[in-house]
Amino acid sequence: MEKWKKITSSHLFLPVFALALLLIFNAFATPGFFSIEVQNGQLFGRIIDILNRASILIVLSMGMTFVIATGGIDISQGSVIAISGAVCCYLIGGATDGTAQMPLFVACLAAVAVCAVCGVWNGFLVSKLKIQPMVATLILMTAGRGIAMLITEGQNITVYYKPFTYIGNSIPGSPLPTTIYIAAAVVLLVVLIQKKTSVGMFVQAVGINAEAARRTGLNVTAIIFIMYIFSGMCAGVAGLMESSMIAAADPNNAGLNMEMDAILSVALGGTLLTGGRFYIGGSIIGAITIQTLTTTLYALGVSSEQLPVYKAAVVILICLLQSEKFKKIIERKSLNQKKAVKQV
Amino acid sequence: MKKNRILAAILAGAMTLSLAACGGGSSAEGESTDGEKSASDIVLGFAQVGAESEWRTANTDNIKQAAEDAGITLQFSDAQQKQENQIKAIRSFIASDVDVISFCPIVETGWDTVLQEAKDAGIPVILVDRGVTADPSLYVTHISADALQEGAKAFNWIDEYMHEQNKTPRGGGDQFQIAILEGTVGSSVAADRLEGFKNAMSESQNAAQYNIIASQTGEYTRAKGKEVMESFLKSDGDKIDILFSCNDDMALGAIQAIEAAGIKPGEDIVIVSIDAAKGSFNAMIEGKMNCAVEHTPNLGEILMETAVKIVNGEDVPATIEVEEGIFPADIAEQELPNRTY
Repeated sequence: MEKWKKITSSHLFLPVFALALLLIFNAFATPGFFSIEVQNGQLFGRIIDILNRASILIVLSMGMTFVIATGGIDISQGSVIAISGAVCCYLIGGATDGTAQMPLFVACLAAVAVCAVCGVWNGFLVSKLKIQPMVATLILMTAGRGIAMLITEGQNITVYYKPFTYIGNSIPGSPLPTTIYIAAAVVLLVVLIQKKTSVGMFVQAVGINAEAARRTGLNVTAIIFIMYIFSGMCAGVAGLMESSMIAAADPNNAGLNMEMDAILSVALGGTLLTGGRFYIGGSIIGAITIQTLTTTLYALGVSSEQLPVYKAAVVILICLLQSEKFKKIIERKSLNQKKAVKQV
Repeated sequence: MKKNRILAAILAGAMTLSLAACGGGSSAEGESTDGEKSASDIVLGFAQVGAESEWRTANTDNIKQAAEDAGITLQFSDAQQKQENQIKAIRSFIASDVDVISFCPIVETGWDTVLQEAKDAGIPVILVDRGVTADPSLYVTHISADALQEGAKAFNWIDEYMHEQNKTPRGGGDQFQIAILEGTVGSSVAADRLEGFKNAMSESQNAAQYNIIASQTGEYTRAKGKEVMESFLKSDGDKIDILFSCNDDMALGAIQAIEAAGIKPGEDIVIVSIDAAKGSFNAMIEGKMNCAVEHTPNLGEILMETAVKIVNGEDVPATIEVEEGIFPADIAEQELPNRTY
C-alpha cells in the first residue's frame, strides 16, 4: 500500500498513466498496433513510427522545458525549425544529380548555428531588454518564416543528396531511425548536465523567484539568455530532422504550430507554465503521448474534419486528470464515501 | 466622379459603335481600322495576390509575359497578400482610367463596394483564379480552373490506366483499393477535387471495381502526406492499389513512405496527383509516380484574349474555364522543360 502510494504520488505517474491508457486502448481498437516487422533490415511498425516522429518533438520539448522552467516561453520554435531546414537545404543545394554543394556536416552545423543566433536574439530581448517572453518570441515567430522564405527564395528546395535523408530516416544497416538516436543523445546530454552541474537548480531558482535568485548571487540574465539559446539550438536540430524526413525545405509548413505541441508536451509532463520545478522525463512522456494520439487517430481512420475535435477532447481529459483541483475533488468524494461507509 | 460618368458614357458609346461595326461584319478586312480597338491600345490593370507559392510566381510571370506578347499595356500591382492593398490597387486603376481591370481575389468577400465603383466608372472587371461572393453583375467574367474537373480527370485516367495495364487488385478480390490524401480541411479547392474524384467514381460504369479504403487529410504538405501514408500502409499496406493525392507535395511525401515500407511506388501502387508542378515530373521520370493532372497557372493568354474581346464589345461567357492537361509518366521527360512551375 505504501509502495503504491509512493508510485501514484510521483510526478511521472499521471503522464505515464495517460500514455498507458492510450496504448491499452490501441491494443484493443487497432489491430496490429504493436506488431513490429523487419523490412530490409529495418524495424517497421506503428510503434517505430511514433518514436520516430515523437523524437522531433522530444528534442524540441527539451529546449522548451528549460525556457518554461525559467518562467519564460518560446513560441518562435516552429519558425526556427523552418529556418534550420531552409539553411541546411540551401547549403546542400537541390541538384537533381544527387550531389551536395557543401558537406552535410558543414550544412547541419551552419543550420544549428543560425538557429543558435535566433536563440541569442530571443535571449537578448527577454533577459537584457526585459520584454515579456511571449511578445519577444512572437517577433521571431512571425518573422522566422519570412527569413526562411528569403533563404529559399520562396521555393521549396528538394534535396536529392542521399545522405541528407539519413538524419530523418535510417542510415542503411541501422535497425532504428536516426531520429531516435539523436533524441536519445540530446536527452542524455540534458540529463548529464542536470546531474553533474547545478544548472538545473539555478534554472529552477530563477523560475521560482528571479529576484531572490539574483540576490543570492546568481547571474539571472545569463541563465535566461543561455536557456533561449539552447531552445533555439534544439529547434535547429529538430528542423534538420523534420526537413530530412521529407528531403526538402518547406518554409511555409515545416514545424508549423509545433511550438504549441512542444508547450503541450511540457505541460502534460507536469511542468507548470509559471516556471520553477521542471520534469525532463515528464516532457519526454508528454511528447510521446501527443504523437501516439495523432497516430492513433490516423490508425482509427477518423475523418479529416473531426480530427482536431478528438485531439482536443483527449488533451482536455489528460489535463483534467493532472489538475490539482480535480484531484482534490475526486479525493474528497472518495473520502466522503468512506465516511459514509463507516457511519453505516 | 462626374468626369468618370461622362467617360463611362463615351466608353459605352464607343462600345456600342464597335459592336455595331462587328455586327455589320461585311468588311472583314477593315475590322482593325476604325471602331475596333487593337490590343496595343488597351491598358489592363492587374492586381495580383502576392508571392505566396511557386504556383503563384509562375502565374504572375505568365500574365506579364502574355501581356507583352499581346502588346497590351499592363499595370501590375502586387498586393502582398492583403485585401486592402488589392482594393487600393483597383481604386488606383479606376482613377487612372484603365480599359480593363483584372484581379485574383485574395478572399471571397468584401468586394461589393469597389466593384460597384468600377462598374460606375464603366470599367469592365475580369476575375482570375479565385472567385468572389459579390453580385455577378458587378464583373464581366471569371477565368478559372475547375477543381471538380481536375478530380474527375484523375479518376478517369486511373480507370483507363488500370484496364489498359490489366492490373489486378494486389490484395486479391475483385476491387481495386484506393487511398486518398485530402487537402486542407475547409479549402474549397480541396473539397472540389475530392468531390470531383468521388463523383466520377460513382458515375463510372466500373464503379463496382473500386473501393476507397482510406481517406485522410495530409494538409497539402509533404510531411503530413508522408505521415498519413505511413499510417495507411500500416493498416492496409498489402491491399492499396491506387493513391490519389489532392496535390503534388503530399504525393511526394507519400512516395517516400511507400518506399520505406518496401513497396514500389508507381508499380505496386499507382499514384496520381493534382498540380503537375516540376517536383511531380521528376518523380514520374524516376518511375515513382504515374500521372499528374494539371492545375494550370497559365491563365495569362486567355485573360488577354478576353480583355480584347470585352473592350471590343464582344460577348464573353460569365465563367471561362481553362483547358488543363493530363500528364502521364511516359511523356513526363519531354514535357519537363515546358513546365514553368
